Amino acid sequence: MSVLIFVELDNGAIKKSSLEAVFYGSEVAKAQGTSATVLAIGASSDSELSKAGNFGAKKVLHANDSKLDQANIQAYASVLSAAVEKESASVIVLAKSSLGDAVAARVAGKLKASIVSNITELPDLSSGFKVKRSIYTGKAFAVVEMLSDKKILAIKKNAVSPVETADSAQIEVFTPEVSEADFTVKITGTHKASGTVSLPEADIVVSAGRGLKGPENWGIVEDLAKALGAATACSKPVSDLDWRPHHEHVGQTGIKVSPNLYIACGISGAIQHLAGVNSSKVIVVINKDPEAPFFKAADYGIVGDVFDVLPKLTKAIEASK
Amino acid sequence: MKILVCITNVPDTTAKISFTDSDTKFNKAGVTYICGPYDDYALSRAVELKEQSGGTVTVLNVGEADSEQVIRKCLAIGADDAIRVNCEPTDSYFVAQQIAAIASQENYDLILMGRESIDFNGGVVHGLVGEMLGIPSLSPVMKLDIDGKTARITREIEGGKEDIEATLPLVLGCQEPIAEWKIPNMRGIMTARTKPLKVVEPTGDDLTVTRKFELPAPKGAVKMIAADEVEKLVDLLKNEAKVL
Repeated sequence: MSVLIFVELDNGAIKKSSLEAVFYGSEVAKAQGTSATVLAIGASSDSELSKAGNFGAKKVLHANDSKLDQANIQAYASVLSAAVEKESASVIVLAKSSLGDAVAARVAGKLKASIVSNITELPDLSSGFKVKRSIYTGKAFAVVEMLSDKKILAIKKNAVSPVETADSAQIEVFTPEVSEADFTVKITGTHKASGTVSLPEADIVVSAGRGLKGPENWGIVEDLAKALGAATACSKPVSDLDWRPHHEHVGQTGIKVSPNLYIACGISGAIQHLAGVNSSKVIVVINKDPEAPFFKAADYGIVGDVFDVLPKLTKAIEASK
Repeated sequence: MKILVCITNVPDTTAKISFTDSDTKFNKAGVTYICGPYDDYALSRAVELKEQSGGTVTVLNVGEADSEQVIRKCLAIGADDAIRVNCEPTDSYFVAQQIAAIASQENYDLILMGRESIDFNGGVVHGLVGEMLGIPSLSPVMKLDIDGKTARITREIEGGKEDIEATLPLVLGCQEPIAEWKIPNMRGIMTARTKPLKVVEPTGDDLTVTRKFELPAPKGAVKMIAADEVEKLVDLLKNEAKVL
């Protein structure tokens, strides 16, 4: 019995959300009196992977077969299943993401494991194994008991606040057999915005809506985001109008985010938009309409013109650094 | 081409969420149910593919009898027949098992569904079904074109998208803008009444069970700051909220 954490690599570096998963998994291992092992798939370095030790892992399995450099859902699921077997893991933890979810689902299918997604806090082990998950797009929570021997937990951003230590993890190269049958899906092209902060990973998100009046005005949003080290996001109408790409759309039918700080600029706050952002720790709303429904969901509000307030706010943040 | 579209019967996106029976049951009173918005995209694309190159579209719902209104709407939009597995869908593994059991009886070229249901937001059923059937699964799919046995797909990833080529059969979790939502016309509504809707009983067990529901803690009052005092906001975010 042990805890296995699947981490995702971005250019060889462990993703921030995955480090949260390592800390989460290590806390579960501690509570169960067992140890936490990490599985990393793809090219990376020992010094980077040993970071997992700072977050509580004792060991890192590194599957570095070059065939696995490109993220392939089925192959990654086979490698993760092999690692579960090797470590006799009963709890598998990962950060919710488009790759993580897909891999976790297939592993659940292989191992007949129960799987719960969008977990918001550490499990309650007082009787059975209970986790709390966000449901109805952030409008409620469910306490779910996981009944099977093997359990897969996909955690939401900010489910834990990691405490780093100076401990290091031992790294072991892991070379399970990968079958050609897992490589029938071909990725023929990848289009990724470069040099920007990843939206689901971001601690701070600056989001803007139709109040910006057109895509040519996004400079003031980007300036504020840059000053804060934040990711940029937008409302559904803005992505529908093609002012901004779809992967920036947050809301009921877009990305759901739970950053520490969400700043909404010129977004009225329709219930479908709130659904995607209501698990943010702190919400700031800037809107010229004092009746905008978003103010009811906000912690801090400014009634004012975004074209006037945003540049001033950017300056004030630069000045406070 | 034979297409299976799995749909969920879920509360409308604007529904007020509350619970009864000491927070153990969802309060259905006054709630309008809809076909999951992502499932609607899957169904619309399936109907478009059928219009282009023929074949059949079967709608599958794992749900209780009150789903039938939504199932009939899917038939009115253009599905040919429907199957309902008679149970309350609460566990992802269990739901996937029902879908895999139905799918393994027929040779579907495509099994489409929404990227996630908007009630439990699990987003894992497509992957589970793919694994159970031993075929690839991809989600969230924004674009799908079929050329013979080859599918050309655009999948959204964090911060962008990727182009994928894969061979049928496939399981896909769909999202916008894969198709335009379709609205049933009068002829569709009339013919939907007589299209076959088969009800079957479930197999297997739940691997998870919901013990309790909770609502988020109510938000405190919003603190308003004058538009010419942005420095005050920066100070509050730093020293009061401690998020900067």
